[in-house]
Amino acid sequence: MTITAIERAPAALARGRGGGGPAPKRTVVAYGFWIFLLSDFVLFSGLFAAYAVLSANTAGGPTGAELFNLRNVFIETMCLLLSSYTAGLGALSAERRRQDRFLIFAALTFVLGAAFLVIEAREFARMVSEGAGPSRSAFLSSFFTLVGTHGVHVTGGLIFLLYMVAQVVAKGLRGAVLRRLLCFSLFWHALDIVWVGVFTLVYLMGAR
Amino acid sequence: MDGDDRVFDDRTPGVEEYEPTATYLSYTAGLGLAVLLTIMSFVVAQTNLLWSPGVPMGLIVLAFAQIGVHLVFFLHLGSGPDHTNNVVALAFGVLIVFLVITGSVWIIANLNANMMDMPVHLQH
Repeated sequence: MTITAIERAPAALARGRGGGGPAPKRTVVAYGFWIFLLSDFVLFSGLFAAYAVLSANTAGGPTGAELFNLRNVFIETMCLLLSSYTAGLGALSAERRRQDRFLIFAALTFVLGAAFLVIEAREFARMVSEGAGPSRSAFLSSFFTLVGTHGVHVTGGLIFLLYMVAQVVAKGLRGAVLRRLLCFSLFWHALDIVWVGVFTLVYLMGAR
Repeated sequence: MDGDDRVFDDRTPGVEEYEPTATYLSYTAGLGLAVLLTIMSFVVAQTNLLWSPGVPMGLIVLAFAQIGVHLVFFLHLGSGPDHTNNVVALAFGVLIVFLVITGSVWIIANLNANMMDMPVHLQH
């Protein structure tokens, strides 16, 4: 690199290296939220580790192979994946100030996320009614803790989504609202990443 | 540095600011790849396509591939200089997750191996 190139683009060299003034607010907000999401992954890693350690300790109770219905899990997975897709398209529409499209994609995201939760809740209710509740064995305690924590996150995400729709309707797609929307879509995509770990480790490996 | 007009800024995670025309396409491509990998996972788990002792390893590989697809196509994480901060944070997160999970499994597996059998009168 020559001296002239440095003189031509001083901001370009300074940014990202701690110089050149603060980054745009949008970048700072999303980076902070990214750090939060990574800490959430660390939380889940503890629950994954507990499940991996305890999954064989069924205390004479039912095993995963007897309990899990992979057809339901596949439908749940597709619901969450499609909702991640519609959330992404909704975020794009919002970036392009297309409020009508954003609201349609937000509604689709909500319906798909709620469908995921309904299937999961019915699955939990069926297991508890069959005597396979969280108090039956260490395997089931860790199962309900891990999958339930993910379900609680999805519930929180749906509340977050409703709150964002209300803000978009009330305030329009202005800067602060767009930054919060960005955080929502990061959160929603991150939940899908955690679910990949859940269906692989818990359901697919557990059902074998 | 290549162009004159390109600004090397910190990239915002979750946003694809420099390719405004490619975004719908990239989400759709990501969805297609993720669906494909999900179906492969379910097929591998339920059939004997893979040598059966290798199935857990195959599932882990497919899961990592799908997580990669999510990170690149949905969270728009890239390898450019404007992504350094996001990727470094992710790398640290991955390190902690790896330490917690493999460390726990390793240690507890050793404890299990060293555990004496429980006497019959203590088993309920």
